[in-house]
Amino acid sequence: MTQTVALEQSPEMPLLEMRGISKSFPGVKALNNVDITLYPGKVTALIGENGAGKSTLVKILTGIYACDEGEILVDGNPTVFANAQDAIDAGVTAIHQETVLFDELSVAENIFLGHAPKSRFGLVNWKAVNARALALLHSLESNIDPRIRLKDLSIAQRHLVAIARALSVDARIVIMDEPTAALSRKEVDDLFQIINRLKTNGKAILFISHKFDEVYEIADHYAVFRDGKAVGSGELAEVGQDEIVKLMVGRSVEHAFPKVDIALGETVFAVESYTHPTEFRDISFELRKGEILGIYGLVGAGRSELCQSLFGVTKPTGGKVRLNGKEIAIGSPGEAISAGIVYVPEERGRHGAVLQLPIYQNISLPSLTRTSRSGFLRAAEEFALARKYAERFDLRAAALSVPVGTLSGGNQQKVVIGKWLATQPNILILDEPTKGIDIGSKAAVHAFISELAGEGLSIIMVSSELPEIMGMSDRVLVMREGLSAGIYERETLSAETLVRAATGNASKS
Amino acid sequence: MIKLIFRFREMLLVIIIAILLAVFSTRAPGFAKPGNLANIFNDSSILIILALGQMTVILTKSIDLSVAANVAFTGMIVGMLNATYPDVPLPAIILVALFIGAILGAINGLFVWKLNIPSIVVTLGTLTIYRGMAFVLSGGAWVNAHQMTEPFLQAPRHLFLGLPVLGWAAIIIVTVMYLVMSRTFLGRAIYASGGNPTAAVYAGIDVGRTRFFAFVISGTLAGLCGYLWVSRYAVAYVDIAAGFELDSVAACVIGGISTLGGIGSVAGAVLGALFLGVIKNALPVINISPFSQMAISGAVIIAAVIFNARQERRRGRIILRDRGASEQIEVVV
Repeated sequence: MTQTVALEQSPEMPLLEMRGISKSFPGVKALNNVDITLYPGKVTALIGENGAGKSTLVKILTGIYACDEGEILVDGNPTVFANAQDAIDAGVTAIHQETVLFDELSVAENIFLGHAPKSRFGLVNWKAVNARALALLHSLESNIDPRIRLKDLSIAQRHLVAIARALSVDARIVIMDEPTAALSRKEVDDLFQIINRLKTNGKAILFISHKFDEVYEIADHYAVFRDGKAVGSGELAEVGQDEIVKLMVGRSVEHAFPKVDIALGETVFAVESYTHPTEFRDISFELRKGEILGIYGLVGAGRSELCQSLFGVTKPTGGKVRLNGKEIAIGSPGEAISAGIVYVPEERGRHGAVLQLPIYQNISLPSLTRTSRSGFLRAAEEFALARKYAERFDLRAAALSVPVGTLSGGNQQKVVIGKWLATQPNILILDEPTKGIDIGSKAAVHAFISELAGEGLSIIMVSSELPEIMGMSDRVLVMREGLSAGIYERETLSAETLVRAATGNASKS
Repeated sequence: MIKLIFRFREMLLVIIIAILLAVFSTRAPGFAKPGNLANIFNDSSILIILALGQMTVILTKSIDLSVAANVAFTGMIVGMLNATYPDVPLPAIILVALFIGAILGAINGLFVWKLNIPSIVVTLGTLTIYRGMAFVLSGGAWVNAHQMTEPFLQAPRHLFLGLPVLGWAAIIIVTVMYLVMSRTFLGRAIYASGGNPTAAVYAGIDVGRTRFFAFVISGTLAGLCGYLWVSRYAVAYVDIAAGFELDSVAACVIGGISTLGGIGSVAGAVLGALFLGVIKNALPVINISPFSQMAISGAVIIAAVIFNARQERRRGRIILRDRGASEQIEVVV
């Protein structure tokens, strides 16, 4: 990075300024009066937890959302980004985590899709398209053949094509949303070389990443968001990692969700060196009766994949699972349910209910092996089961025989939770139990989780929200990139330790 | 609410069929007499049975285009069996038909289940293969009435309470299928697998296996129809029931079985088949050419699909609202 440092110039006119930006969604203030400034030839790192408002900012910057308040200045001139085209015209381009390109089209077609050079008759001038694509790729010191199809490229090469596309529309502000998530170290190095080249060309770059080592390697400035607010910004060289972590998590992470203390019983569930071919490796933990085990990590750390595998949706390649001391192998969700292990998926709408079927049939669905006799259903038992759980959750419906699709979202959730509890599980795996729920309902869900633990259920709770993890868990398993990054007892929990473990700079601090 | 619409919808079909009958009887006196109605039902029996098999498959978000080819192949086997070995008793022949049909259905099901190939591709292939097998088996020759035995030909024609046994066979199958769909674990699994496959997997249902069994049911019923067809028309040749797979799909669509899976009822499939049966029987009586018949059937199918689509849009509202909500949540996270 030494050559770039030499090229840095004295403070100059910002290329883009966002001032006092606010954006609300029903029930949530996603961005609250944030400022951010991008300078030409500089990389600004945007840092924040999941839910801090980074994605919303990117969507406002690319014209997908309009902000409620605040203004955007390009070259000092106020500019309105009413739609995506306005943003492109202003020179803003975003390169997303999974680059939005077309597999079956050629590299050149991908670069010039929508603005291909035309011939006199209004037809695409393929010669010019290929020649200009080649020139662009050369300027990035790449020798990708513009005529080959995108699907034959590696992920790093695809990023390069995305960057070439950004340059082809003469972008001056390039947003990179976690561009290194799927890259190997070598590919990251290549990407950073390209970023340095963009810097020397005077582009302003907004670099979003969870990885501190990369941020320190490539960025000049930083901006930290927390809960929709900009909580700090400045020159990266002047702050240490510890300070940034503190800014990220804030001191607000007290135990906001008072967990009911429950005397823990014996170990009921033990997982040893549990391994999946692609998603996670060598995960071990134990779970006691009445215990809540939190699983924390960044999105993509393999938490949901681990839980789905424990539930039999995918098959592990190694490791042992012991239930009440006996080794078991779970081959399918059906077997998991019979063993008393139940998984409440994150997307309860999509994975949870069969909307066309009546309420009572949805509630009884995972329990059918219990309520049916030699393949025949017993309607009376199904109704009894449904009535019991509908009452417990105060389900509002005209009748138990109406389809779930006719219920409100909240009542659909109750049906989905009810159907899992109706199986009378011993081990309950909850994936992001409060995702997308307003604060008031969150408290109710937390109280309910405590109540279940009090009844002797053992609970595994995956969550991306630190306060929830810290408030609810007896112990926390932190996962990073498919590996266990440590198990922390409730007494020793601190926001900083968890975030460090999850982002991978535990060893450095 | 949706169930009410369905009840209404099935009632609507009953009313439409009744109106058709009334209109036709003004043009052709005697059309709505009990004897003729029994005839129409009897004529529609094979389509009813096939439509029920097709319904089972469509409910799981799949389609079985090989049912008519299955009828032809199984029909050819039982026809040749009867012609070559006249001593084989009829119950054994029917068992053979059921068994062969089940095997052909299981082949479709295995491809869909184990190799995860889309059912439309699998059954488009087996449609040609099964009919080709019928040709290879017979060498293109016909099995004619005089080669078949009396019991083989006469069994479906026996009258019982004014209705031929063929019609009774349909009634029995309708009853059995009603019980399977509403009272058994398999029936529930079929609805769940088509309604929301992911949710079904999470609820411990093996969606692939459920589809497999749906194809076996469809194949078994098609095998039964193989015998019924050959004995009713007293001839077996390669091209019997050509194009009938589309009639079975049409009956399902008219009867309100959603091509997206998960929605539909036995009553709907039966009424859809009866509707087509009435039209096919009535139009020649009132001197409408077969070509107009086809056009009319086609128009009715499109009308039914439009009706379905409107209904699903109504149902979709809540889902859309939720999707909107979850998108906003994603933004925040």
